[in-house]
Amino acid sequence: MRNRDAAYWLFLTPVLAALILVVIVPLIYGFYYSFTNWNGLGTPDFIGFKNYIDLFTDKGFLDTFWFTIKFSVAAIVVINIIGLSLALIVTSKIKSSNILRTVFFMPNLIGGLILGFIWQFIFIKVFGAIGDLTGIEAFNGWLSTTDTGFWGLIILTSWQMAGYIMIIYIAYLQAVPEDLIEAAKIDGANSFQRFRHITFPLVAPAFTVSLFLTLSHSFKIYDQNLSLTNGAPYNSTEMVAMNIVKSAFTENDMAYAQAKAVIFFVIVAVVSLTQVYFNKKREVEL
Amino acid sequence: MKGKWKLWLIGFIGFILAILWLTPFYLMLVNAFKMKRDIFADTLGLPETWTLENFTQAFEQLDFLRTLFNSLLISGVSVVIIIIFSAMAAYALSRNKSKISSLLFFVFVAAMLIPFQSVMIPLVAQFGQLGMLNKAGLIFMYLGFGCSLSIFLYHGTLKGIPLSLDEAAKIDGANRFQVFWYIIFPLLKPMSITVGILNVIWIWNDYLLPSLVIGGAGSETIPLKLFFFFGQYTKQWHLALAGLTLSIIPVIIAYFFAQRQIIKGIADGAVK
Repeated sequence: MRNRDAAYWLFLTPVLAALILVVIVPLIYGFYYSFTNWNGLGTPDFIGFKNYIDLFTDKGFLDTFWFTIKFSVAAIVVINIIGLSLALIVTSKIKSSNILRTVFFMPNLIGGLILGFIWQFIFIKVFGAIGDLTGIEAFNGWLSTTDTGFWGLIILTSWQMAGYIMIIYIAYLQAVPEDLIEAAKIDGANSFQRFRHITFPLVAPAFTVSLFLTLSHSFKIYDQNLSLTNGAPYNSTEMVAMNIVKSAFTENDMAYAQAKAVIFFVIVAVVSLTQVYFNKKREVEL
Repeated sequence: MKGKWKLWLIGFIGFILAILWLTPFYLMLVNAFKMKRDIFADTLGLPETWTLENFTQAFEQLDFLRTLFNSLLISGVSVVIIIIFSAMAAYALSRNKSKISSLLFFVFVAAMLIPFQSVMIPLVAQFGQLGMLNKAGLIFMYLGFGCSLSIFLYHGTLKGIPLSLDEAAKIDGANRFQVFWYIIFPLLKPMSITVGILNVIWIWNDYLLPSLVIGGAGSETIPLKLFFFFGQYTKQWHLALAGLTLSIIPVIIAYFFAQRQIIKGIADGAVK
């Protein structure tokens, strides 16, 4: 197919039109708006870096940002430990492995909004009932403090995402050749040694993939944040994505929100490019 | 003997974890059958009297059939056009090895890095000016956001389909569209299933984009309607839980019938 063939361009037109109108043009306008005082209507005035300067002294935004970073770090650790453990359980030769995999993956198919509402019920009503029943104070008042909101979000996202990360680890674990394990067994390696020296090095690429996936997912989280805590108490559990949506569509501060969105874009892009870099490097080494 | 005991232990731990994983669904389901006062009196136990009242009321309040239809329509149409148009584009890009193809492919892949929030504000403003904040506009947006990953996945598969197939069909007198539609597209079927699954999961569950694009009464998708419903009945857990249960049912049914393909699709999409 040659460039000047009508067919070439006809095949590309629908997706090119969609990508340009839905992603590229808004992205370019977004950069422009972030340097103006645009409020959604009328013509914007150019105000230089004012929005960006304001951002770095905006305590609300900086708190949100810090909360998101703390959340992402905790989520990465917890989700990967659980995900890998589930994968090891499911790939061992137990009879129930298929049904277990089905169960562990299930929450991942349901939207974060719905899952957040379910857990809101559990944290508030069920935890409260357990607290009353056992007299353990720690079960009371969940989601009413910043700390319980934070751990509530971690529990919710771990429950949802561990099954997804499990699938990735399974894909790599199943690629470990059986005869290699058998040979090591015959040589007298115990199960920990087999994991440490055979399975682990072969599954190492799965760590890169999973770490970056959990990082970008948790950094961009919105639905779960909205339905579980909605930022309460006092916006202390609000994350960056939600902060952007609120300042744009609740406070109508469009240009300022767009400056936040540009910063958000730069961070997500840097994270993703780092992943691409690591993947390429690994492929070269192989 | 030792190995057998260990397998039994792993199986046992797995079983406990599976119970733990299902507990949130169990608690939702059981409490959805309770009368309002039962939830307050006894959250943990089984219902004293089982009632379907919550479900009939939630069904009505959610306008469930219409909402379900909206979700099916928007997800269905979006996924079909993503599959067809992305496969076509990936085909053109893989069969034309010019600089412009490499550049376009790079642009599509690079677009995957852009988070939704960073284009959302101008997107809504511009589509608003064009009068396109409706279902059709929403579907077009899903094509824009969904095509990048889909083209990337199709492109990988197409590299493995030999050019001689295209040429043989051409000699038999088929034009470009016929070659694509009758020869290539059927060969892409396994990848089309993966692309379809990956896209339908996020589109079906998406809340933020529809909340910005389709505000009008009667055109809400399930997540959108559920959000309003939940806000309305926030302290009436018996209704809220029945609504949540109803909205999960379609997903569970789909998972029941297609779990093998779904898990395979997820693995393919994540690892590549």
